[in-house]
Amino acid sequence: MVAGWFAGDGDRFHLLGTRCSACATVFFPREDTFCRNPGCAGGDLAEVPLSRRGRVWSYTDSRYRPPSPYVTDPELSWEPYALIAVELEAERIVVLGQTVPGVTTVDLAVGMEVEIVPGVLNEDEETTWTTWHWRPTGVTA
Amino acid sequence: MSGEVAVLGAGMHPWGKWGHGFVEYGVAAARAALADAGVDWRDVDSVVGADTVRGGYPGHVAGATFAKALGWQGARVTSVYAACASGAQAVGTARAQILSGLADLVLVVGADAAPKGFFRPAGGDRPDDPDWLRFRVLGATNPTYFGLYARRRMAVHGDTLEDFAQVKVKNAASGALNPNARYRKRVTAEEVAASAVVADPLRLLDICATSDGGAALVLSSMEFARRHGTADPVRIRAVSTVTPRYPTTVLDLPDIATDSAVAVEPAADTFRASIARAAYEEAGIGPGDLSLAEVYDLSTALELQWYEDLGLCGEGEAAKLLREGATALGGRTPVNVSGGLASFGEAVPAQAIAQVCELTWQLRGHAGDRQVSGARVGITANQGLFGHGSSVVAVR
Repeated sequence: MVAGWFAGDGDRFHLLGTRCSACATVFFPREDTFCRNPGCAGGDLAEVPLSRRGRVWSYTDSRYRPPSPYVTDPELSWEPYALIAVELEAERIVVLGQTVPGVTTVDLAVGMEVEIVPGVLNEDEETTWTTWHWRPTGVTA
Repeated sequence: MSGEVAVLGAGMHPWGKWGHGFVEYGVAAARAALADAGVDWRDVDSVVGADTVRGGYPGHVAGATFAKALGWQGARVTSVYAACASGAQAVGTARAQILSGLADLVLVVGADAAPKGFFRPAGGDRPDDPDWLRFRVLGATNPTYFGLYARRRMAVHGDTLEDFAQVKVKNAASGALNPNARYRKRVTAEEVAASAVVADPLRLLDICATSDGGAALVLSSMEFARRHGTADPVRIRAVSTVTPRYPTTVLDLPDIATDSAVAVEPAADTFRASIARAAYEEAGIGPGDLSLAEVYDLSTALELQWYEDLGLCGEGEAAKLLREGATALGGRTPVNVSGGLASFGEAVPAQAIAQVCELTWQLRGHAGDRQVSGARVGITANQGLFGHGSSVVAVR
Protein backbone atom coordinates (compact mmCIF):
# COMPACT_ATOMS: atom_id res chain seq x y z
CA MET A 1 0.00 0.00 0.00
CA VAL A 2 2.73 2.46 0.96
CA ALA A 3 5.91 0.82 -0.25
CA GLY A 4 9.14 1.94 1.37
CA TRP A 5 7.72 3.97 4.26
CA PHE A 6 9.20 1.75 6.97
CA ALA A 7 11.55 -1.20 7.46
CA GLY A 8 13.01 -3.52 10.09
CA ASP A 9 11.59 -5.63 12.88
CA GLY A 10 11.17 -5.26 16.62
CA ASP A 11 13.66 -2.81 18.11
CA ARG A 12 15.11 -2.09 14.67
CA PHE A 13 11.77 -1.03 13.14
CA HIS A 14 11.99 2.51 11.75
CA LEU A 15 10.36 4.91 9.32
CA LEU A 16 12.09 5.54 6.01
CA GLY A 17 12.34 8.98 4.51
CA THR A 18 14.47 10.48 1.82
CA ARG A 19 17.16 13.15 2.00
CA CYS A 20 18.21 15.62 -0.67
CA SER A 21 21.92 15.34 -1.44
CA ALA A 22 22.10 19.07 -2.25
CA CYS A 23 20.38 20.71 0.75
CA ALA A 24 20.06 17.84 3.27
CA THR A 25 16.29 18.32 3.62
CA VAL A 26 14.51 15.21 4.87
CA PHE A 27 11.13 14.11 3.52
CA PHE A 28 8.50 11.87 5.05
CA PRO A 29 6.46 10.40 3.48
CA ARG A 30 9.35 9.81 1.12
CA GLU A 31 9.79 12.22 -1.78
CA ASP A 32 11.51 10.47 -4.66
CA THR A 33 10.96 12.93 -7.48
CA PHE A 34 11.63 16.55 -6.50
CA CYS A 35 13.32 18.31 -3.61
CA ARG A 36 10.57 20.65 -2.38
CA ASN A 37 12.90 23.20 -0.82
CA PRO A 38 12.23 26.26 -3.05
CA GLY A 39 15.79 27.46 -2.60
CA CYS A 40 17.38 24.18 -3.70
CA ALA A 41 18.38 23.48 -7.28
CA GLY A 42 17.64 19.83 -6.56
CA GLY A 43 19.82 16.89 -5.79
CA ASP A 44 19.52 13.14 -5.65
CA LEU A 45 17.03 11.87 -3.08
CA ALA A 46 18.46 9.01 -1.05
CA GLU A 47 16.57 6.78 1.38
CA VAL A 48 17.33 7.43 5.06
CA PRO A 49 16.04 5.92 8.31
CA LEU A 50 14.25 8.38 10.61
CA SER A 51 14.83 8.67 14.36
CA ARG A 52 13.03 5.97 16.31
CA ARG A 53 12.19 8.24 19.23
CA GLY A 54 10.55 11.64 19.46
CA ARG A 55 8.37 13.85 21.63
CA VAL A 56 4.61 14.27 21.54
CA TRP A 57 3.66 17.53 19.75
CA SER A 58 -0.02 16.85 20.29
CA TYR A 59 -2.49 13.99 20.42
CA THR A 60 -6.14 13.15 19.96
CA ASP A 61 -8.34 10.16 19.23
CA SER A 62 -11.14 9.00 16.97
CA ARG A 63 -14.27 8.18 18.94
CA TYR A 64 -16.30 7.47 15.82
CA ARG A 65 -15.52 4.97 13.08
CA PRO A 66 -13.67 6.78 10.27
CA PRO A 67 -15.09 6.42 6.77
CA SER A 68 -13.56 4.37 3.95
CA PRO A 69 -10.83 4.05 2.78
CA TYR A 70 -9.95 3.34 6.44
CA VAL A 71 -10.59 -0.37 6.77
CA THR A 72 -12.62 -1.61 9.75
CA ASP A 73 -14.85 -4.56 10.41
CA PRO A 74 -18.41 -3.22 10.63
CA GLU A 75 -19.37 -6.39 12.53
CA LEU A 76 -17.17 -5.37 15.46
CA SER A 77 -18.00 -2.57 17.85
CA TRP A 78 -15.81 0.48 17.28
CA GLU A 79 -12.72 0.72 19.46
CA PRO A 80 -11.29 4.26 19.39
CA TYR A 81 -7.56 4.60 18.72
CA ALA A 82 -5.35 7.51 19.69
CA LEU A 83 -3.32 9.51 17.20
CA ILE A 84 -0.06 11.24 18.13
CA ALA A 85 1.87 13.90 16.24
CA VAL A 86 5.51 13.30 17.13
CA GLU A 87 8.41 15.75 16.82
CA LEU A 88 11.64 14.14 15.67
CA GLU A 89 14.46 16.35 16.91
CA ALA A 90 17.21 15.44 14.47
CA GLU A 91 14.98 15.69 11.40
CA ARG A 92 13.00 18.71 12.72
CA ILE A 93 9.83 17.13 11.43
CA VAL A 94 6.48 16.16 12.96
CA VAL A 95 5.06 12.75 12.01
CA LEU A 96 1.52 11.61 12.75
CA GLY A 97 0.73 8.04 13.71
CA GLN A 98 -1.61 5.85 15.72
CA THR A 99 -0.62 4.68 19.16
CA VAL A 100 -0.17 1.03 19.99
CA PRO A 101 -3.48 -0.60 20.94
CA GLY A 102 -4.37 -0.07 24.58
CA VAL A 103 -2.70 3.34 24.92
CA THR A 104 -5.37 6.02 25.13
CA THR A 105 -5.32 9.80 25.40
CA VAL A 106 -5.38 9.64 29.20
CA ASP A 107 -1.96 7.96 29.01
CA LEU A 108 -0.46 10.76 26.91
CA ALA A 109 0.91 14.26 27.44
CA VAL A 110 2.47 16.86 25.17
CA GLY A 111 6.24 16.58 25.41
CA MET A 112 6.24 12.89 26.44
CA GLU A 113 8.84 10.66 24.78
CA VAL A 114 7.53 7.99 22.42
CA GLU A 115 9.14 5.40 20.20
CA ILE A 116 8.13 3.71 17.01
CA VAL A 117 7.08 0.07 16.81
CA PRO A 118 5.55 -2.07 14.09
CA GLY A 119 1.81 -2.57 14.23
CA VAL A 120 -1.07 -4.08 12.32
CA LEU A 121 -3.22 -1.70 10.30
CA ASN A 122 -5.72 -4.34 9.21
CA GLU A 123 -5.80 -7.89 7.99
CA ASP A 124 -7.92 -10.27 5.98
CA GLU A 125 -7.53 -13.99 5.22
CA GLU A 126 -4.63 -13.47 2.82
CA THR A 127 -2.88 -10.30 3.92
CA THR A 128 -1.77 -8.44 7.02
CA TRP A 129 -1.10 -4.77 6.39
CA THR A 130 1.71 -3.54 8.62
CA THR A 131 1.96 0.07 9.77
CA TRP A 132 3.84 2.12 12.34
CA HIS A 133 2.59 2.79 15.85
CA TRP A 134 3.91 5.20 18.49
CA ARG A 135 4.34 3.88 22.01
CA PRO A 136 5.32 5.87 25.11
CA THR A 137 8.86 4.83 26.05
CA GLY A 138 8.92 2.60 29.07
CA VAL A 139 5.65 0.96 28.06
CA THR A 140 6.24 -2.59 26.95
CA ALA A 141 2.68 -3.74 26.28
CA MET B 1 -8.81 53.93 -4.08
CA SER B 2 -8.10 52.51 -7.53
CA GLY B 3 -7.70 48.88 -6.48
CA GLU B 4 -11.22 48.53 -5.14
CA VAL B 5 -14.32 46.85 -6.54
CA ALA B 6 -17.90 47.43 -5.45
CA VAL B 7 -20.15 44.85 -3.82
CA LEU B 8 -23.47 45.65 -5.44
CA GLY B 9 -25.37 42.64 -4.20
CA ALA B 10 -25.21 39.76 -1.73
CA GLY B 11 -27.52 36.78 -1.45
CA MET B 12 -27.83 33.39 0.22
CA HIS B 13 -29.97 30.33 0.26
CA PRO B 14 -30.54 29.48 3.95
CA TRP B 15 -28.23 26.69 5.15
CA GLY B 16 -29.45 23.38 6.48
CA LYS B 17 -30.15 19.88 5.24
CA TRP B 18 -32.73 20.62 2.62
CA GLY B 19 -32.36 17.58 0.40
CA HIS B 20 -32.08 19.46 -2.90
CA GLY B 21 -29.30 19.56 -5.48
CA PHE B 22 -26.59 22.20 -5.13
CA VAL B 23 -27.68 23.97 -8.33
CA GLU B 24 -30.94 24.95 -6.69
CA TYR B 25 -29.14 26.58 -3.76
CA GLY B 26 -26.71 28.40 -6.06
CA VAL B 27 -29.42 29.74 -8.32
CA ALA B 28 -31.51 30.91 -5.35
CA ALA B 29 -28.47 32.71 -3.90
CA ALA B 30 -27.59 34.20 -7.31
CA ARG B 31 -31.10 35.52 -7.86
CA ALA B 32 -31.12 37.01 -4.37
CA ALA B 33 -27.78 38.75 -5.03
CA LEU B 34 -28.93 40.05 -8.44
CA ALA B 35 -32.15 41.38 -6.91
CA ASP B 36 -30.18 42.96 -4.07
CA ALA B 37 -27.90 44.64 -6.63
CA GLY B 38 -30.84 45.75 -8.75
CA VAL B 39 -29.28 44.40 -11.94
CA ASP B 40 -30.62 42.10 -14.65
CA TRP B 41 -28.87 38.75 -15.07
CA ARG B 42 -28.65 39.44 -18.80
CA ASP B 43 -26.44 42.46 -18.08
CA VAL B 44 -23.85 40.39 -16.19
CA ASP B 45 -20.55 40.27 -18.14
CA SER B 46 -18.97 37.35 -16.33
CA VAL B 47 -19.97 34.54 -14.02
CA VAL B 48 -17.47 32.90 -11.67
CA GLY B 49 -18.47 29.63 -10.01
CA ALA B 50 -16.82 28.11 -6.94
CA ASP B 51 -16.69 24.40 -7.74
CA THR B 52 -18.64 21.70 -5.98
CA VAL B 53 -16.63 18.50 -6.04
CA ARG B 54 -17.80 14.96 -5.42
CA GLY B 55 -15.41 12.09 -5.68
CA GLY B 56 -12.50 14.23 -6.82
CA TYR B 57 -14.31 15.16 -10.01
CA PRO B 58 -16.65 18.12 -10.26
CA GLY B 59 -19.41 16.52 -12.34
CA HIS B 60 -21.32 19.71 -12.97
CA VAL B 61 -18.71 22.45 -13.50
CA ALA B 62 -19.91 25.30 -11.35
CA GLY B 63 -19.62 28.43 -13.49
CA ALA B 64 -21.37 26.98 -16.52
CA THR B 65 -23.87 25.01 -14.41
CA PHE B 66 -25.11 28.17 -12.71
CA ALA B 67 -25.05 30.14 -15.99
CA LYS B 68 -27.13 27.48 -17.73
CA ALA B 69 -29.63 27.30 -14.87
CA LEU B 70 -30.01 31.09 -14.84
CA GLY B 71 -30.40 31.00 -18.64
CA TRP B 72 -27.51 31.13 -21.11
CA GLN B 73 -26.85 34.75 -21.95
CA GLY B 74 -23.33 34.68 -23.35
CA ALA B 75 -21.36 35.88 -20.30
CA ARG B 76 -17.70 35.07 -19.84
CA VAL B 77 -17.41 32.03 -17.54
CA THR B 78 -14.84 30.82 -15.00
CA SER B 79 -14.88 27.92 -12.55
CA VAL B 80 -12.45 27.67 -9.66
CA TYR B 81 -11.63 24.91 -7.22
CA ALA B 82 -9.59 25.58 -4.08
CA ALA B 83 -11.43 23.41 -1.54
CA CYS B 84 -12.67 25.60 1.33
CA ALA B 85 -10.98 28.62 -0.27
CA SER B 86 -12.92 28.18 -3.54
CA GLY B 87 -15.20 31.10 -2.70
CA ALA B 88 -12.30 33.46 -2.03
CA GLN B 89 -10.64 32.41 -5.27
CA ALA B 90 -13.92 33.10 -7.07
CA VAL B 91 -14.05 36.57 -5.52
CA GLY B 92 -10.36 37.06 -6.38
CA THR B 93 -10.95 36.04 -9.98
CA ALA B 94 -13.96 38.32 -10.34
CA ARG B 95 -12.00 41.20 -8.88
CA ALA B 96 -9.06 40.61 -11.23
CA GLN B 97 -11.39 40.65 -14.23
CA ILE B 98 -12.97 43.90 -13.08
CA LEU B 99 -9.69 45.65 -12.23
CA SER B 100 -8.14 44.59 -15.54
CA GLY B 101 -11.12 45.90 -17.50
CA LEU B 102 -12.21 42.49 -18.80
CA ALA B 103 -15.60 42.78 -17.11
CA ASP B 104 -17.67 45.46 -15.43
CA LEU B 105 -20.33 43.37 -13.71
CA VAL B 106 -19.57 39.90 -12.34
CA LEU B 107 -21.69 37.29 -10.57
CA VAL B 108 -19.87 35.06 -8.07
CA VAL B 109 -21.68 31.89 -6.92
CA GLY B 110 -20.88 28.93 -4.68
CA ALA B 111 -23.22 26.21 -3.43
CA ASP B 112 -23.12 22.70 -2.04
CA ALA B 113 -25.29 19.85 -0.89
CA ALA B 114 -22.92 18.20 1.58
CA PRO B 115 -23.11 14.52 2.50
CA LYS B 116 -23.80 13.66 6.13
CA GLY B 117 -21.01 12.73 8.51
CA PHE B 118 -17.27 12.91 7.96
CA PHE B 119 -15.91 14.32 4.74
CA ARG B 120 -14.15 11.49 2.93
CA PRO B 121 -11.91 11.18 -0.11
CA ALA B 122 -12.87 9.74 -3.47
CA GLY B 123 -13.13 5.97 -3.80
CA GLY B 124 -10.67 3.48 -5.25
CA ASP B 125 -7.04 2.79 -4.34
CA ARG B 126 -5.24 6.08 -4.80
CA PRO B 127 -2.02 6.05 -2.76
CA ASP B 128 -0.67 9.00 -4.76
CA ASP B 129 -3.32 11.22 -3.11
CA PRO B 130 -2.31 12.60 0.32
CA ASP B 131 -5.96 13.02 1.28
CA TRP B 132 -6.68 9.36 0.51
CA LEU B 133 -3.53 8.28 2.38
CA ARG B 134 -4.35 9.97 5.68
CA PHE B 135 -7.68 8.18 5.78
CA ARG B 136 -6.36 4.80 4.61
CA VAL B 137 -3.18 4.68 6.71
CA LEU B 138 -4.25 6.58 9.83
CA GLY B 139 -8.03 6.98 9.81
CA ALA B 140 -7.24 10.66 10.34
CA THR B 141 -10.55 12.48 9.77
CA ASN B 142 -10.81 16.27 9.73
CA PRO B 143 -11.91 16.37 13.40
CA THR B 144 -8.78 14.49 14.48
CA TYR B 145 -6.67 17.37 13.14
CA PHE B 146 -8.92 19.84 14.99
CA GLY B 147 -8.39 17.72 18.11
CA LEU B 148 -4.60 17.91 17.69
CA TYR B 149 -4.73 21.72 17.48
CA ALA B 150 -7.04 21.96 20.48
CA ARG B 151 -4.90 19.70 22.65
CA ARG B 152 -1.77 21.58 21.60
CA ARG B 153 -3.35 24.90 22.63
CA MET B 154 -4.27 23.43 26.00
CA ALA B 155 -0.69 22.24 26.56
CA VAL B 156 1.10 25.36 25.28
CA HIS B 157 -1.27 28.20 26.17
CA GLY B 158 -3.39 26.76 28.96
CA ASP B 159 -6.68 26.98 27.07
CA THR B 160 -9.45 25.01 28.77
CA LEU B 161 -12.45 23.01 27.61
CA GLU B 162 -14.58 25.77 29.10
CA ASP B 163 -12.85 28.33 26.83
CA PHE B 164 -13.64 26.20 23.80
CA ALA B 165 -17.26 25.80 24.91
CA GLN B 166 -17.60 29.56 25.30
CA VAL B 167 -16.73 30.03 21.61
CA LYS B 168 -19.72 27.83 20.76
CA VAL B 169 -21.93 29.67 23.24
CA LYS B 170 -20.92 33.01 21.67
CA ASN B 171 -21.40 31.90 18.05
CA ALA B 172 -24.69 30.12 18.73
CA ALA B 173 -26.02 33.29 20.37
CA SER B 174 -25.25 35.22 17.16
CA GLY B 175 -26.48 32.43 14.90
CA ALA B 176 -29.81 32.48 16.71
CA LEU B 177 -30.23 36.01 15.29
CA ASN B 178 -29.41 35.03 11.69
CA PRO B 179 -32.25 33.82 9.44
CA ASN B 180 -29.76 32.19 7.03
CA ALA B 181 -28.09 30.05 9.71
CA ARG B 182 -28.81 26.33 9.95
CA TYR B 183 -28.79 26.28 13.78
CA ARG B 184 -30.79 29.09 15.31
CA LYS B 185 -30.80 28.04 18.94
CA ARG B 186 -28.69 29.34 21.79
CA VAL B 187 -26.35 26.76 23.30
CA THR B 188 -25.07 26.61 26.88
CA ALA B 189 -21.64 25.52 28.07
CA GLU B 190 -23.36 22.64 29.84
CA GLU B 191 -24.82 21.44 26.55
CA VAL B 192 -21.37 21.53 24.94
CA ALA B 193 -19.90 19.59 27.86
CA ALA B 194 -22.71 17.03 27.66
CA SER B 195 -22.22 16.34 23.95
CA ALA B 196 -20.22 13.29 22.87
CA VAL B 197 -16.44 13.46 22.45
CA VAL B 198 -15.59 13.17 18.74
CA ALA B 199 -11.83 13.71 18.78
CA ASP B 200 -10.29 14.31 22.20
CA PRO B 201 -10.63 16.98 23.61
CA LEU B 202 -13.30 18.21 21.21
CA ARG B 203 -16.97 17.35 21.47
CA LEU B 204 -19.73 17.27 18.93
CA LEU B 205 -20.75 20.85 19.70
CA ASP B 206 -17.12 22.03 19.35
CA ILE B 207 -17.01 20.88 15.72
CA CYS B 208 -18.94 22.30 12.80
CA ALA B 209 -21.48 20.19 10.92
CA THR B 210 -21.80 19.66 7.18
CA SER B 211 -24.66 21.52 5.50
CA ASP B 212 -26.38 22.41 2.30
CA GLY B 213 -26.21 26.06 1.37
CA GLY B 214 -25.49 28.68 -1.24
CA ALA B 215 -24.05 32.19 -1.35
CA ALA B 216 -23.55 34.73 -4.11
CA LEU B 217 -22.17 38.21 -4.71
CA VAL B 218 -22.57 40.73 -7.51
CA LEU B 219 -19.34 42.69 -7.92
CA SER B 220 -18.70 45.64 -10.23
CA SER B 221 -16.19 48.31 -11.05
CA MET B 222 -16.47 51.50 -9.02
CA GLU B 223 -17.34 53.30 -12.27
CA PHE B 224 -20.23 50.88 -12.93
CA ALA B 225 -21.48 51.37 -9.36
CA ARG B 226 -21.52 55.16 -9.82
CA ARG B 227 -23.41 54.87 -13.14
CA HIS B 228 -25.79 52.48 -11.42
CA GLY B 229 -26.54 55.11 -8.81
CA THR B 230 -24.73 53.40 -5.93
CA ALA B 231 -22.58 56.24 -4.66
CA ASP B 232 -21.20 54.63 -1.51
CA PRO B 233 -21.08 50.87 -1.96
CA VAL B 234 -19.33 48.35 0.24
CA ARG B 235 -15.94 47.87 -1.43
CA ILE B 236 -13.57 44.93 -1.54
CA ARG B 237 -10.10 46.28 -0.84
CA ALA B 238 -8.05 43.10 -0.60
CA VAL B 239 -8.22 39.41 -1.47
CA SER B 240 -5.47 37.18 -0.10
CA THR B 241 -5.05 33.79 -1.76
CA VAL B 242 -1.47 33.08 -0.66
CA THR B 243 0.23 29.69 -0.41
CA PRO B 244 2.36 28.57 2.55
CA ARG B 245 6.09 29.18 2.70
CA TYR B 246 8.47 26.26 2.99
CA PRO B 247 8.94 24.67 5.44
CA THR B 248 5.47 24.46 6.99
CA THR B 249 6.01 23.24 10.52
CA VAL B 250 2.42 23.07 11.79
CA LEU B 251 0.88 19.72 10.90
CA ASP B 252 -2.01 20.48 8.59
CA LEU B 253 -4.76 18.65 6.73
CA PRO B 254 -4.34 16.42 4.79
CA ASP B 255 -0.67 15.79 5.57
CA ILE B 256 0.77 12.91 7.58
CA ALA B 257 3.90 14.90 8.42
CA THR B 258 5.20 18.47 8.38
CA ASP B 259 8.03 19.69 6.22
CA SER B 260 11.41 19.21 7.82
CA ALA B 261 13.04 22.41 9.09
CA VAL B 262 16.50 20.86 8.99
CA ALA B 263 17.74 22.82 5.95
CA VAL B 264 15.63 26.00 6.01
CA GLU B 265 14.52 28.00 9.05
CA PRO B 266 10.73 28.38 9.17
CA ALA B 267 9.25 31.84 8.61
CA ALA B 268 8.44 33.80 11.76
CA ASP B 269 4.70 33.42 11.26
CA THR B 270 2.64 30.40 10.31
CA PHE B 271 0.67 29.89 7.11
CA ARG B 272 -2.57 30.95 8.77
CA ALA B 273 -0.99 34.16 10.04
CA SER B 274 0.50 34.89 6.61
CA ILE B 275 -2.97 34.73 5.01
CA ALA B 276 -4.18 37.63 7.14
CA ARG B 277 -0.92 39.55 6.86
CA ALA B 278 -1.11 39.53 3.07
CA ALA B 279 -4.68 40.85 3.25
CA TYR B 280 -3.73 43.59 5.70
CA GLU B 281 -0.78 44.68 3.56
CA GLU B 282 -2.86 44.83 0.41
CA ALA B 283 -5.67 46.72 2.14
CA GLY B 284 -3.33 49.08 3.95
CA ILE B 285 -4.97 48.37 7.29
CA GLY B 286 -4.11 46.55 10.49
CA PRO B 287 -5.96 44.55 13.10
CA GLY B 288 -6.72 47.73 15.05
CA ASP B 289 -8.83 49.03 12.15
CA LEU B 290 -11.24 46.09 12.14
CA SER B 291 -14.88 46.51 13.06
CA LEU B 292 -15.49 42.77 12.77
CA ALA B 293 -14.05 39.48 11.48
CA GLU B 294 -15.61 36.36 10.02
CA VAL B 295 -13.22 33.45 10.59
CA TYR B 296 -13.23 29.81 9.70
CA ASP B 297 -14.35 28.12 12.92
CA LEU B 298 -14.16 24.48 11.90
CA SER B 299 -13.79 23.96 15.61
CA THR B 300 -14.17 26.18 18.64
CA ALA B 301 -10.45 25.88 19.39
CA LEU B 302 -9.56 26.87 15.85
CA GLU B 303 -11.49 30.11 16.20
CA LEU B 304 -9.21 31.02 19.12
CA GLN B 305 -6.18 30.30 16.93
CA TRP B 306 -7.48 32.74 14.33
CA TYR B 307 -7.66 35.56 16.93
CA GLU B 308 -3.89 35.26 17.22
CA ASP B 309 -3.31 34.72 13.50
CA LEU B 310 -5.36 37.84 12.69
CA GLY B 311 -3.35 39.82 15.24
CA LEU B 312 -6.36 40.57 17.44
CA CYS B 313 -4.14 39.60 20.36
CA GLY B 314 -0.69 38.20 21.02
CA GLU B 315 0.22 34.53 20.80
CA GLY B 316 -1.45 32.53 23.54
CA GLU B 317 -3.80 35.37 24.52
CA ALA B 318 -6.88 34.30 22.55
CA ALA B 319 -8.75 32.70 25.44
CA LYS B 320 -8.18 35.86 27.50
CA LEU B 321 -9.60 37.96 24.65
CA LEU B 322 -12.63 35.70 24.50
CA ARG B 323 -13.16 35.79 28.26
CA GLU B 324 -13.05 39.62 28.17
CA GLY B 325 -15.92 39.57 25.68
CA ALA B 326 -13.85 41.43 23.07
CA THR B 327 -14.92 39.05 20.28
CA ALA B 328 -18.62 38.88 21.16
CA LEU B 329 -21.29 41.07 19.64
CA GLY B 330 -20.83 44.44 21.38
CA GLY B 331 -17.15 43.75 22.06
CA ARG B 332 -14.12 45.54 20.58
CA THR B 333 -13.75 43.22 17.55
CA PRO B 334 -16.73 40.90 17.21
CA VAL B 335 -15.85 37.61 15.52
CA ASN B 336 -18.35 35.45 13.66
CA VAL B 337 -21.39 37.58 14.35
CA SER B 338 -23.04 35.62 11.51
CA GLY B 339 -22.90 32.65 13.84
CA GLY B 340 -19.92 31.23 11.95
CA LEU B 341 -19.59 27.66 10.79
CA ALA B 342 -20.75 26.73 14.29
CA SER B 343 -24.21 27.94 13.25
CA PHE B 344 -24.02 27.38 9.48
CA GLY B 345 -22.04 24.17 9.02
CA GLU B 346 -19.79 23.59 6.05
CA ALA B 347 -21.03 24.01 2.50
CA VAL B 348 -17.54 24.09 1.10
CA PRO B 349 -17.70 26.20 -2.11
CA ALA B 350 -20.17 28.64 -0.53
CA GLN B 351 -18.66 29.44 2.83
CA ALA B 352 -15.94 31.93 1.87
CA ILE B 353 -18.55 33.78 -0.22
CA ALA B 354 -21.01 33.65 2.67
CA GLN B 355 -18.40 35.31 4.90
CA VAL B 356 -18.24 38.24 2.43
CA CYS B 357 -22.06 38.40 2.35
CA GLU B 358 -22.03 38.88 6.11
CA LEU B 359 -19.41 41.64 5.88
CA THR B 360 -21.52 43.32 3.20
CA TRP B 361 -24.68 43.33 5.31
CA GLN B 362 -22.77 44.47 8.38
CA LEU B 363 -20.99 47.30 6.55
CA ARG B 364 -24.29 48.47 5.08
CA GLY B 365 -25.84 48.45 8.56
CA HIS B 366 -28.43 45.91 7.42
CA ALA B 367 -27.60 43.04 9.77
CA GLY B 368 -30.64 43.40 11.98
CA ASP B 369 -30.36 42.18 15.54
CA ARG B 370 -26.77 41.06 15.04
CA GLN B 371 -25.58 44.43 13.67
CA VAL B 372 -22.11 45.55 14.75
CA SER B 373 -22.57 49.21 15.59
CA GLY B 374 -20.79 51.57 13.18
CA ALA B 375 -19.07 48.79 11.20
CA ARG B 376 -16.57 50.25 8.68
CA VAL B 377 -13.93 47.56 8.06
CA GLY B 378 -14.29 43.78 8.03
CA ILE B 379 -12.01 40.84 7.29
CA THR B 380 -12.72 37.21 6.47
CA ALA B 381 -10.27 34.39 7.15
CA ASN B 382 -10.43 30.89 5.81
CA GLN B 383 -8.05 28.18 4.66
CA GLY B 384 -8.44 25.74 1.78
CA LEU B 385 -7.11 22.18 1.87
CA PHE B 386 -3.74 21.70 0.12
CA GLY B 387 -2.44 25.21 0.93
CA HIS B 388 -4.98 27.75 -0.29
CA GLY B 389 -5.05 31.00 1.65
CA SER B 390 -8.33 32.87 1.80
CA SER B 391 -8.98 36.29 3.25
CA VAL B 392 -11.06 39.23 2.04
CA VAL B 393 -11.06 42.79 3.38
CA ALA B 394 -14.20 44.84 2.78
CA VAL B 395 -14.69 48.48 3.74
CA ARG B 396 -17.36 51.13 3.72
